[in-house]
Amino acid sequence: MSGTGFTELRLDRVSRSFAGRDALAELTLTIRKGEFIALLGPSGCGKSTALNCLAGLLPLSRGSIWRDDVRLDTVPPERRGFGMVFQNYALFPHLSVRRNIAFGLQMRRVARAEARRRVDAAIRLVHLEEHAGKLPGQLSGGQQQRVAIARAVVLEPSLVLMDEPLSNLDAKLRLEMRTEIRRLHQTLGLTTVYVTHDQEEALSLADRLVVLRDGEVQQVGTPEEVHTAPVNRHVAAFMGYRNLLPLRAAGGAGAGIRVEGDGISLVGTPVGTVAPGTGVLAAARPEDLRIAADGVPAVVEVVEYQGREVAVEARTDAGTPLFLRSAERPAPGDRIHVTAAPDRLLVFPGEPG
Amino acid sequence: MTALRHRLADRGVDRNLLLLLPAAGFVVVLFVYPFLYGIGLSLRPPEGGPLGAYRRFLTDPYLRDTVTTTLGLSLPAALLNVLASVPIAYRMRGRYRGKRVLTTLLVLPITLGTVLTAQGLLNFLGPTGWFNRALLGAGLIDEPVRLTHNYWGVFLSLVITGFPFAFLLVSSYLSGIDPTLERAAATLGANARQRFRRITLPLLAPGLATTFCLSFVLAFSVFPSAVLVGDPAGETRVISIAAYEAAYVQYDYVLASALAVIMGVVELVVIGLVLGWRALLYTGSTIGKG
Repeated sequence: MSGTGFTELRLDRVSRSFAGRDALAELTLTIRKGEFIALLGPSGCGKSTALNCLAGLLPLSRGSIWRDDVRLDTVPPERRGFGMVFQNYALFPHLSVRRNIAFGLQMRRVARAEARRRVDAAIRLVHLEEHAGKLPGQLSGGQQQRVAIARAVVLEPSLVLMDEPLSNLDAKLRLEMRTEIRRLHQTLGLTTVYVTHDQEEALSLADRLVVLRDGEVQQVGTPEEVHTAPVNRHVAAFMGYRNLLPLRAAGGAGAGIRVEGDGISLVGTPVGTVAPGTGVLAAARPEDLRIAADGVPAVVEVVEYQGREVAVEARTDAGTPLFLRSAERPAPGDRIHVTAAPDRLLVFPGEPG
Repeated sequence: MTALRHRLADRGVDRNLLLLLPAAGFVVVLFVYPFLYGIGLSLRPPEGGPLGAYRRFLTDPYLRDTVTTTLGLSLPAALLNVLASVPIAYRMRGRYRGKRVLTTLLVLPITLGTVLTAQGLLNFLGPTGWFNRALLGAGLIDEPVRLTHNYWGVFLSLVITGFPFAFLLVSSYLSGIDPTLERAAATLGANARQRFRRITLPLLAPGLATTFCLSFVLAFSVFPSAVLVGDPAGETRVISIAAYEAAYVQYDYVLASALAVIMGVVELVVIGLVLGWRALLYTGSTIGKG
């Protein structure tokens, strides 16, 4: 059942409902061999549901999953040939590191010598040579995570599923393991589906991102697309557009559109059709707002030191908070003017109603 | 006072442990003292030297065989209770509607007490009980099957009263095993049987050993049902009956004490064997994250 010889994996309108409510609605996605896909969204968005549906741990309510022309959603998890890394690692506590990693090979009745060779290779791959004989309880969190990854990839699965694998690690280890995961993905030629609520993690790891909200796909795209061109306000909010200003469209201004309200007047780039005179939501990242000689007047409230820059929280005269980054260092109480590059201020149409 | 606490802490003593002293005193007065007194008493027979009562036990088959009779009832009953609990508790894991009702039904016999159970068994399984009448009526048998006032009556009583204990214990041990582990095993290619055999069972085994010990001790001291639904002069003459007769029929406290000590020793031997086996097992964490 080794599925390394496939070209693509298709999810066709995969849906799952709990008690009549869709936790995942109509997820359609084609995963090409060798791709790194991140499912991204806040908790409860359906990303883990999608992963469990893929793994076969959760039956679908509707839709189907295909590996080339083999229908997979009716195949039980033990025969799908996918590897999975769980959020809490799910290492077998009574088995040594070596036997944890060998478990899948034993289940597949791989010959003893071959299994030994592959387990050794997997242990070397995740740098756990000295810990091979230990029980999981004797390892640190990062080491346990590496065992979980080795256990999943030793089977050379057609697809590796990872469910927030770094969320239980501390910040430094998280960065290290992130690089490690990407390195393994590349050197082993894996196809990976990675679930996370951390946009930075998703952006840095994935070839393509699937942004989910309330069980529905919001946007599918490369990290750059999702980062610089979110398709709607929800994706923008999730991708770090911290300034979300409810304003009114005033009319065209060159290639962009002028938005106004509450003493604010800025030029931005419309996303979709924005009719003059209607309510809009203008979105900008903190790093795309800057202090200028002329612009929206505001008073500095909080300044946070962040190394090369400072993060500034200011408030306009009408009380709207603005979040920006600045190389210079204003003091709380200073009066500043804030402006944004027109191509970095995205203007989304107002929600109907 | 602080200094004392620190000095105790340095030696790994938590001062709050002193609160256990009353309980410890209680155990000494109500258990250790009578136990030692009983041992002492058993060693002072009127004739035959200090081991006279024990010698009498070993040479009199009517006394000696009570040990095998009791083991013959309590070992299979405890084993059956534990083994039957495993698949039922395993199926009943997780959350679903009606779980509470089902659990209550399974545990209800605990509340009945041995006498009520015996009464029920006599009515249901006796020669003129519903069970035999139904079989006779259906023409399956020509004369009533004897299921009471013999070995099977006592055995069934031990199962009925012992199963809920075993079931509750096994359930709680099972609920301590992280369900993600079996899911992980599934993604690694293990089918349902392998998942149980390779993951759940090894993690459950120490709990099963403990459950077996407790079930065995409960069954070993069987007395009321051996009298009420058994054959107390014959095939269900268990050791507690012999001890009772010695103490309250013959007023031979020395022999009764010796029998009580023998009871304790036999139980300790069985528990020691089981716990010895348990010590060979993995007994650490049962969740996937250490």
